[in-house]
Amino acid sequence: MTTIATNPIEKRTENRSSATIRFAGDSGDGMQLAGSQFTNTSALFGNDVSTLPEFPAEIRAPAGTLAGVSGFQINFSSEDIFTPGDRVDALIAMNPAALKTNLRDLVEGGILIVNSDEFNIANLAKAKYPTNPLETDELSRYQVYAVPIATHTVEAVKDLGLSAKEAERCKNIYSLGLVYWLYDRPLEATINWIKSKFAKNDQIAQANIRALQAGFHFGETAEIFPVRFRIERAKLPTGKYRNITGNQATAMGLITASRLCGKPIVYASYPITPASDILHQLSHYKHFDVKTIQAEDEIAAVCMAIGASFTGAIGVTASAGPGIALKQEAVGLGVMTELPLIIIDVQRAGPSTGMPTKPEQTDLWQAMLGRNGECPVAVVAAASPSDCFQTAIDAVRIAVQYMTPVFVLSDGFTGNSAEPWRIPKAADFAPFPVIHPADPTVFQPYARDERGVRPWAIPGTPGLEHRIGGIEKADITGNISYDPENHQHMVNLRAAKIDNIAREIPPQDVYGDASGDVLLVSWGGTFGAVRTACDTARKRGQRVSHMHMRWLNPFPSNVGDVLKRFKHVVICELNMGQLQLLIRGRFLINAHGLHKVQGRPFMVSEVLAKVDEVSRG
Amino acid sequence: MTTASAPLTPKDLKSDQEVRWCPGCGDYSILAQTQKVLADIGIDRANTVFVSGIGCSSRFPYYMNTYGFHSIHGRAPAIATGVKCANPQLDVWVVTGDGDGLSIGAGQLLHAIRRNISLKILLFNNRIYGLTKGQYSPTSEQGKRTASTPLGSIDPPVNPLSFALGVGATFVGRAIDVDIKSLQLVLKRAAAHRGTAFVEIYQDCNVYNHKAFEFATDRNTKEDHIVYLEHGKPLIFGKDRKKGVRLNGFTPEVVDLAGTPADDLLIHDESAHSPALAFLLAQMKFPSMPEPMGVLRCVESTTYEHMLEDQMATARRQSGAGDLDKLFSQGDTWEVE
Ligand code: SF4
Repeated sequence: MTTIATNPIEKRTENRSSATIRFAGDSGDGMQLAGSQFTNTSALFGNDVSTLPEFPAEIRAPAGTLAGVSGFQINFSSEDIFTPGDRVDALIAMNPAALKTNLRDLVEGGILIVNSDEFNIANLAKAKYPTNPLETDELSRYQVYAVPIATHTVEAVKDLGLSAKEAERCKNIYSLGLVYWLYDRPLEATINWIKSKFAKNDQIAQANIRALQAGFHFGETAEIFPVRFRIERAKLPTGKYRNITGNQATAMGLITASRLCGKPIVYASYPITPASDILHQLSHYKHFDVKTIQAEDEIAAVCMAIGASFTGAIGVTASAGPGIALKQEAVGLGVMTELPLIIIDVQRAGPSTGMPTKPEQTDLWQAMLGRNGECPVAVVAAASPSDCFQTAIDAVRIAVQYMTPVFVLSDGFTGNSAEPWRIPKAADFAPFPVIHPADPTVFQPYARDERGVRPWAIPGTPGLEHRIGGIEKADITGNISYDPENHQHMVNLRAAKIDNIAREIPPQDVYGDASGDVLLVSWGGTFGAVRTACDTARKRGQRVSHMHMRWLNPFPSNVGDVLKRFKHVVICELNMGQLQLLIRGRFLINAHGLHKVQGRPFMVSEVLAKVDEVSRG
Repeated sequence: MTTASAPLTPKDLKSDQEVRWCPGCGDYSILAQTQKVLADIGIDRANTVFVSGIGCSSRFPYYMNTYGFHSIHGRAPAIATGVKCANPQLDVWVVTGDGDGLSIGAGQLLHAIRRNISLKILLFNNRIYGLTKGQYSPTSEQGKRTASTPLGSIDPPVNPLSFALGVGATFVGRAIDVDIKSLQLVLKRAAAHRGTAFVEIYQDCNVYNHKAFEFATDRNTKEDHIVYLEHGKPLIFGKDRKKGVRLNGFTPEVVDLAGTPADDLLIHDESAHSPALAFLLAQMKFPSMPEPMGVLRCVESTTYEHMLEDQMATARRQSGAGDLDKLFSQGDTWEVE
């Protein structure tokens, strides 16, 4: 496997409808960069794409260790796709540790490209390989291509005068070039990106371009690759597209919502994985009337947002599970004072610190129930990276129209992964202007309109001076009240207000037939895997439908009816049955659950297996 | 600070809510003096917001006929920061206590002060937990016997002024609930300050910690136990103003004026760039030293809200008012036909 001839040979090209590949290497190897370049190029080429970046939990795990492996998976297709793919067709492993941690996801007979330069005794030991897998038959079930990637890279850039370290650093781009060849991708987009990224350092720019081309030419000329693959353009709806991650979409959704209601945003948050990117994004958009504050802690962040909401801005805060736990007392204050407030929870594996870089859907109960007292809030979840955009708009609309905190549930997978987004026109969105009261003669802080919503009177308005706070309010006046009947009444009013939101949200739709054997239920980021499984099952002739729930509180008014029309209901969630309990409790049905808490999204095959299991009865 | 058209009276600043502190509580006086001072200044009620946390003192906003927010324990500085950032035109006051501000909310207080955001923070220090019925507080003297410390508390107390100075306060003052004149003066100065104004007010909790500040309020002895600070003036105090404070190295000491040349005395400089003098004053404690009242420090520095607005304006100038369609199309795009 060590001698590689480089004579030009006749190569075949095979068509495929889709492929899933994964770049894996040490966290210092630039795998995220290679992956996102491949994503961009594929999207620009016209494929539908779905990605799954995987970061090591440790910020600087020792190089070459299992804990330090970083990966980036891309599913690209000529058809509409919803998931980053269950298994990978091609794996690029930059060192033994990356091979060890990723091999189990490679399909049998799949392409395995390894950087043979790194398969030395020290690295093999770090990866806990007693023998070199390249020299045994351990990998015989795969098409193994051992390429001395580092050596080739250094060779390609040798006359540019780079240090050995700088030269070797281009090896991710070399491997990217090789994979571009393998999947017949154009190099232009990445070359342009390199040029602008290293505009100030021509030497490095040249080196990266050389490495990219060298990788591509190696594929072209080396005898070892007899076949390359072509994945044709997808037939996506016409329009202008870009790639978008969930956290980017959330930031843009907030900005759009702010425009639509004519209120500025005050975004206060404390850095936490995987939500910090929203803060990073928004901090660039001050010209959109967005003020960002990096608060001293999670509690201060939510409190600043509440103070801003009281003052007439849209107060927004975001975090992940542990930070949300800290904010909950203040969310209760938001419920009591009936102020608009957006709390974004980019969920990650818990409890406690858990696995910060790994996604889970284990904060549903926390969002619904995690406060003292009878404390209902609206809860909405984003189905995909691009859906974070509309979800943020919906959340702001409900928050200002119903004077309530709204939880937006996303997760580490949805927040960080990318997919093509058909760029909307700003003019396509209906404004929802906010009207603050101004007439002192009729003003009562806790009087309600027919939906049960109190007025949003803001400081600076003469004659409407009033006081609010966390102590129970007397109905209408908002003065302090410890009256027992009033408390019961106010609890009822707050609950009724949240229930009334059901009037504003569309009825629950069902994908597939309106009745049948199995109803798959999903919420949030599990949408893609469940939708794909539903399609597959239906193609096999199974009577399966899919209900994806966007609003988790309140439920759309017809959810109970939908559930009744199926023999079996299976609720698929990356937790141990949180929505399942809520649905069982609310609708008294024997809903099954598909549960997984491994810090990874569902595989389509897992959902299909569950469908088979419940169908068998 | 905008001036309302009709002259404002303290009565205009009273809300319609019945004041519910214990009879004899020092909070009554602070409320009355605050209403007096704000009426004198002629504040615009519509542009004034009082924010509080939890505790007896934190009921304050309910009694002020301005905008008010009675929030949660310790978090008033953060809520107030949100208010001020959202609308820098508002005058924002924070009312807190020793437990609210220096125990559960010490983090929020620290960060509000270090940002130098224009909040006027009044910390009512009664050295006890009143609302929860009499546990020792972070400012209680060591050895305090309370419901939760029958054998005496073992935590050393925190000094609120030193804390505020330590985190960079640009305005630090102290007053006493019943010392009406000096309380009014400090409140007036705080109201005029740009940046965070931190004021500690000695407040008598006559139910759980009565006479905690008797040394500073007893008609017969108080003059020997406190010293009123005046900018540019020597520190002179005592019943017949016969005592002064002098620096011996870094240590202040009390001297008899009779035997001390006048220019030996410590001259107060509230605007000194270095907080060292203010810190030294803050450390003067009864009974060995008179405790300082008045303004310890008042310096100008750029405020948080100013810098925030400045960045907003710069962004608007450089990028123009944001265009959503441009925002959506950032980065690589492609057409599907
Ligand atoms: S408990 Fe003390 S501080 Fe509280 S209201 Fe009564 S006297 Fe005032």
